[in-house]
Amino acid sequence: MKAAVLVFPGSNCDRDCKVAVEVTTGAQVSMVWHQDTSLPAGLDLIVVPGGFSYGDYLRCGAMASLSPVMAEVVKAAQRGVSVVGICNGFQILCEAGLLPGALMRNAGLKYVCKPIELTIENRNTRFTSAYGDKASVWMTQGNGDGNFFADAETLKAIEDNNQVVFRYVENPNGSVNNIAGIMNAEGNVLGMMPHPDRAFEPALGSADGAPLFHSLMRVLQAA
Amino acid sequence: MKATVHIFLKAGVLDVQGKAVEGALNGLAGTSGWSDVANVRVGKVLEFDLNSPDKAAAEAEVKSMCEKLLANTVIESYRIEVA
Repeated sequence: MKAAVLVFPGSNCDRDCKVAVEVTTGAQVSMVWHQDTSLPAGLDLIVVPGGFSYGDYLRCGAMASLSPVMAEVVKAAQRGVSVVGICNGFQILCEAGLLPGALMRNAGLKYVCKPIELTIENRNTRFTSAYGDKASVWMTQGNGDGNFFADAETLKAIEDNNQVVFRYVENPNGSVNNIAGIMNAEGNVLGMMPHPDRAFEPALGSADGAPLFHSLMRVLQAA
Repeated sequence: MKATVHIFLKAGVLDVQGKAVEGALNGLAGTSGWSDVANVRVGKVLEFDLNSPDKAAAEAEVKSMCEKLLANTVIESYRIEVA
């Protein structure tokens, strides 16, 4: 597998993502600077990491979504390359129009940072096939703007189309329909608030993030 | 030309920050008599100078900025003033 992790000023999970992908898949991972105008050739996976790109000024993810590299990410996504946005990466993908909806301030106004339980709503995706029939998983949440919102029409479309991938067991931030992660209609772009990159081996408290990356490997092996 | 952009969460989108301010104002009602405060919305105001030939061009330019970067129209509405 050939993967890239985007590097924005202010992101603090880019190296975590690199290590998570390397350890779980053995992939070769390139770090791609946000001002780059091209991506490495032949990528199978692009990870948009968590953190606080551009200091979260104006709106979380807003400025990063207009970075030069994002135009290339949009093109790659349109070609079917797998894209995973985690936390701030989820916000960036929504701002870039690769995913529907938006992330707003947490309903409780507080930054939420804790291990969190998720149900897997759609097991038939390139991101979740390796979870088998595991009832629920634990990952780590860490955000102030994780309150997923979409208008009624958009929400109905993503629910009807099985685009909700993860839901919170206990909603920490007011997200509509307890949504923790969604994918695009084509099924190759995933955005999620909890961090699989902070839960990929037992020493981190949970290894439940690892099957997400294993699932992506499976797709490649099957192809 | 001076541009001012007001950005608020759309009507119907819960403004949790506004609700917190509203609760605080009402909570002070005993001492200050603000118990009649309702529907507080917290937004942001951006001001900047623009070198546009005329007002219509400036408004069009600021509108484009709002749509592309300044507001997220999924959740936010904006109002433009150019003078």
